[in-house]
Amino acid sequence: MSAPAPTMFTPEAKALMESLGLTQGRPNLEVFSETLLELAQDDPNVVVVTSDSRGSGKLVPFGNALPQQIVEVGIAEQNLVGITAGLAACGKKAFGVSPGCFLTARSLEQIKNDVCYSDVPATLIGISSGVSYGALGSTHHSLHDLAVLRALNNITIIVPADNTETREAIRVASTAPSPMFVRFGKAAMVDLPREKSFELGKASVIREGTDVAFLATGETVIHALLAAAQLEGEGIFSRVLSMHTIKPLDAEAILRAARDCRAIVTVEEHLVHGGLGEACASVLMHAGMAKPFRIVGIADEETVTGAQADIFRHYGISMEGLTETARALLVQA
Amino acid sequence: MTDRELEIKAIGLRKRLLGVIVGAGAGHTGGGLSCLDILNVLYNRVLKVSPETFTDLHRDRYVQSKGHCVEALYTVLSDRGFFPPSDLETVCHYQSHYVGHPTRHIPGIEMNTGALGHGLPICIGMALAGKMDRAPYRVFTLLGDGELAEGSNWEAALAGAHYQLDNLVAILDHNRLQITGPTKEVMSTAPLAEKWQAFGWDVREVDGHDYTELTEALTNAPAAGKPLVVIANTVKGKGVSFMENVPKWHHGVPSSEEYEQALAELNQLEGAA
Ligand SMILES: [Mg+2]
Repeated sequence: MSAPAPTMFTPEAKALMESLGLTQGRPNLEVFSETLLELAQDDPNVVVVTSDSRGSGKLVPFGNALPQQIVEVGIAEQNLVGITAGLAACGKKAFGVSPGCFLTARSLEQIKNDVCYSDVPATLIGISSGVSYGALGSTHHSLHDLAVLRALNNITIIVPADNTETREAIRVASTAPSPMFVRFGKAAMVDLPREKSFELGKASVIREGTDVAFLATGETVIHALLAAAQLEGEGIFSRVLSMHTIKPLDAEAILRAARDCRAIVTVEEHLVHGGLGEACASVLMHAGMAKPFRIVGIADEETVTGAQADIFRHYGISMEGLTETARALLVQA
Repeated sequence: MTDRELEIKAIGLRKRLLGVIVGAGAGHTGGGLSCLDILNVLYNRVLKVSPETFTDLHRDRYVQSKGHCVEALYTVLSDRGFFPPSDLETVCHYQSHYVGHPTRHIPGIEMNTGALGHGLPICIGMALAGKMDRAPYRVFTLLGDGELAEGSNWEAALAGAHYQLDNLVAILDHNRLQITGPTKEVMSTAPLAEKWQAFGWDVREVDGHDYTELTEALTNAPAAGKPLVVIANTVKGKGVSFMENVPKWHHGVPSSEEYEQALAELNQLEGAA
């Protein structure tokens, strides 16, 4: 008998989602590839480079529609980044697309020198990022990418939380004069409510509140929103921010959250070291803001085996886990 | 300029190169001297690029993959008028734009290089862009022979043949030495020409200090649908007797006595010319 498919949301979380009127969107990956195709149809200088990744990057329709604007490099990620940089240096708006795990580890030196240091208008897209590959294990996880890219000068880092943020990030990237990195997974995302339209470098306010602030990024934001809604039933009002731009980080939004709220919980699909959480901690420390604070992410250990949903649940990236973390933290506040 | 005139120019360039390295207090002397004639031919005979056309979309591109020999590139670029020769006095100095490896801060330099095995993949992208745009430009890169141990070169070698990039030229500064010693002892590249042929490249082998051979190899029409590699057999430290074929001159600043001796040798050559 085969094991039941793990689900990302418990029945309680699903019910809450429904009561909030949230609608199911599509995988960010699909929105990325559609947006890129639209942009490329309008501008022949938009080109995409793949490393045997056009299938996993949902770029088969792109390749069929615009065969002159797609470059296949084979399974060669270093070459992928070097070629993307060379195209970008010669007037192309080049998008290098490869699984985040390989793109940001194997070709890190090419990202550092050919893209960032040479300052070419290239965009790197890390697909199937974080723990999207689930049980395929640590070779396929990218839990280091935000840390290593944050340590490089001259790259904007975006982790979109839903379809809207993905679409806007890709549009911004297509006209950006300098390097960008965008990473997302392959699961279908829930459309998030937001007060204002996407603005690069500005956190999106998903929910207002003054007790706990959830500073979350990417595919974890929905879980923070559900936790906030759950906590409201207990009289705890939480702020939820989608920290889609990891670099440059919206320090103002972080400090505002620290001033307004009693505790801060950061949430990310990344190792607890070097990612969003530590970046927020740095902002708070520099401003002399000491608040009860927790970083929720993947622990510094060999990642547990399982689907993305299992791994999220295991490390407390779930409505239930985040609710518990927030409650425990408020006791200190 | 005739071959002879270019050869005489090269003597002056070698003297200036040594001066740059002495002034910088650092530099890659042996490799700079081995690739200097190649750069002299490229910038004075081959590359369709000048200080006036450097931002032209249809200019030829040159990316120096062996970025550590930047002093030779600076020397030739300044001679060609991309920037004033006096700028060379600041190479490697505090807050200078003239870093010890190529950067795009400098007029005439296309990409920031210095980590080995990066130039060829970048040039594949540049050559592909040229093909997409049906642009007339050619793309050139200069590789070291020790550098060929970097696997990324061979990823790019596959791609160059796969995409039939006959607008791409890789020049190999084949001086047979690297920092540790003879390349054939450190990590052999033999059989070199056969390797590139097997990867689907057109191969031309020349004396890398012979102006006629270099010019012909770099300007004669490429084989249709094939990228070109020019294996330029060179002498590391070329032109200074005590530096020639001596691994320790991979990098190193001549002492004042050594500098004077080198200048005396080059002056003598210049006088005899
Ligand atoms: Mg060598």
